[in-house]
Amino acid sequence: MKKEIVRYGAGERTNHWAVAILFFMAGLSGLALFHPALFWLTNLFGGGPWTRILHPFMGVAMFVLFMGLVIRFWHHNILEKRDVQWVKQIGDVLNNREDKLPEIGKYNPGQKMLFWVLLASMLVLMLSGIVIWREYFSHFFPISGIRLAALAHAVAAFLLILSIIVHIYAGIWIKGSIGAMLHGKVSLLWAKKHHSLWYKDITRDKK
Amino acid sequence: MATQDIIARSATTTSASSIRQVEEVAKLIDVSKCIGCKACQVACSEWNDLRDDVGQNHGTYDNPADLTADSWTLMRFTEHENAVGDLEWLIRKDGCMHCAEPGCLKACPSPGAIVQHANGIVDFNQDHCIGCGYCITGCPFNIPRISQKDSKAYKCTLCSDRVSVGLEPACVKTCPTGAITFGTKEDMKHHAEERIVDLKSRGYENAGLYDPAGVGGTHVMYVLHHADKPALYNDLPNDPAVSPMVSLWKGITKPLSLMAMGAAVLAGFFHYVRVGPNRADEEDEAHHEAAVEQVKKKSNDASVKTFDPNQR
Repeated sequence: MKKEIVRYGAGERTNHWAVAILFFMAGLSGLALFHPALFWLTNLFGGGPWTRILHPFMGVAMFVLFMGLVIRFWHHNILEKRDVQWVKQIGDVLNNREDKLPEIGKYNPGQKMLFWVLLASMLVLMLSGIVIWREYFSHFFPISGIRLAALAHAVAAFLLILSIIVHIYAGIWIKGSIGAMLHGKVSLLWAKKHHSLWYKDITRDKK
Repeated sequence: MATQDIIARSATTTSASSIRQVEEVAKLIDVSKCIGCKACQVACSEWNDLRDDVGQNHGTYDNPADLTADSWTLMRFTEHENAVGDLEWLIRKDGCMHCAEPGCLKACPSPGAIVQHANGIVDFNQDHCIGCGYCITGCPFNIPRISQKDSKAYKCTLCSDRVSVGLEPACVKTCPTGAITFGTKEDMKHHAEERIVDLKSRGYENAGLYDPAGVGGTHVMYVLHHADKPALYNDLPNDPAVSPMVSLWKGITKPLSLMAMGAAVLAGFFHYVRVGPNRADEEDEAHHEAAVEQVKKKSNDASVKTFDPNQR
């Protein structure tokens, strides 16, 4: 019988996957307009005009739900001084030499940095997205602002997608992580190995 | 038979059908000959079968107040007081300039929604338009307009339908003073030179041709009496160019960022292949920990070496 502890509650998991689904919808529809080689992706959304109509709504929904994740998780993601050591040992991180790494709380510094990059990208996407939302908002802004927003939107989307590629791969790489977000539980050993300080916190509370 | 004279096509990274060579055409608008009668606006409306809404008077002669999806050309009136203190009534026929390097086409994300013909005409194909408005973002002259009725972008076609069968654009045909002429771009430049000589002889020493190099030249050109100050003519851009922001947004950064995303996915895959998954396997780990404990107890014995498979 495996010993398991809860890492994510049902609310957190639902919130996460709702954002994930919207990320794929907004992301694929955005990529369709990002490069001609990906214009075929508009077919997934009912053609070019439908992609143009739906994309901003999916983006706003993603942003709003992502704010839910921010409220739930931001206090676990504050970078600390001791996180520097982990970053310095990134070679050990990438080569599975976790025994050499400093102890980790609920999130490691890589996860924390991901959190802040995601938040920054989402904020830029939301603000620039309003400016280039031709149907309702563009007429409130000068053309130079619209051009800057179009560029910022593409740059932020690029950063977001790159970060999510890293995020998804980390889930595939660190066995047990996907389970943590799917059914909420991790093994005691998983917690001890990857997040020893968090493990100590949790087990101390229970005693 | 498909069109064979498309030299540029929006959101298309390979050549369009472009084997047919034709001479570049141009419309020349001689501002010094324009009397502001708006016959060109009416001709445009008639030929293209468009009827804009009757709007409000905005305190100027401009009517309508701005270009719209139904008004593809517009007389813009400026009352300019010159250095001597005289009033000059500067009237400019505004509309698409048919740039050699069109910002609208560069910005458009929909394949084939904007095409550039070998004769220089930049044409919108509303069948392929998705209504995103990127053409407006890309245009240095603020020309395209999205229709409220169908959410498609519209602008002057340079009467591509008339030109393709050897006719001049409707506005040229109707202009009562000969202020608008049409022909090959070379011929129009020659004609402009003659007009400029005439204007200079009549005291307009800064008269000149407006064919801005920043957009590679245009296929709608102006003869201006004050070519040193194009902005006098209701903010005609002095030095128009596709904004560097648009070039960066739609230029080399796009293929580079796609490659970076692909590289990130590949990097992950090969990391998995080379380093492998990171497991916290319960059985193995428990077994391993017990073994390490035993070894630690015996660590005084120099012959016993610890062995950690993760450190191989």
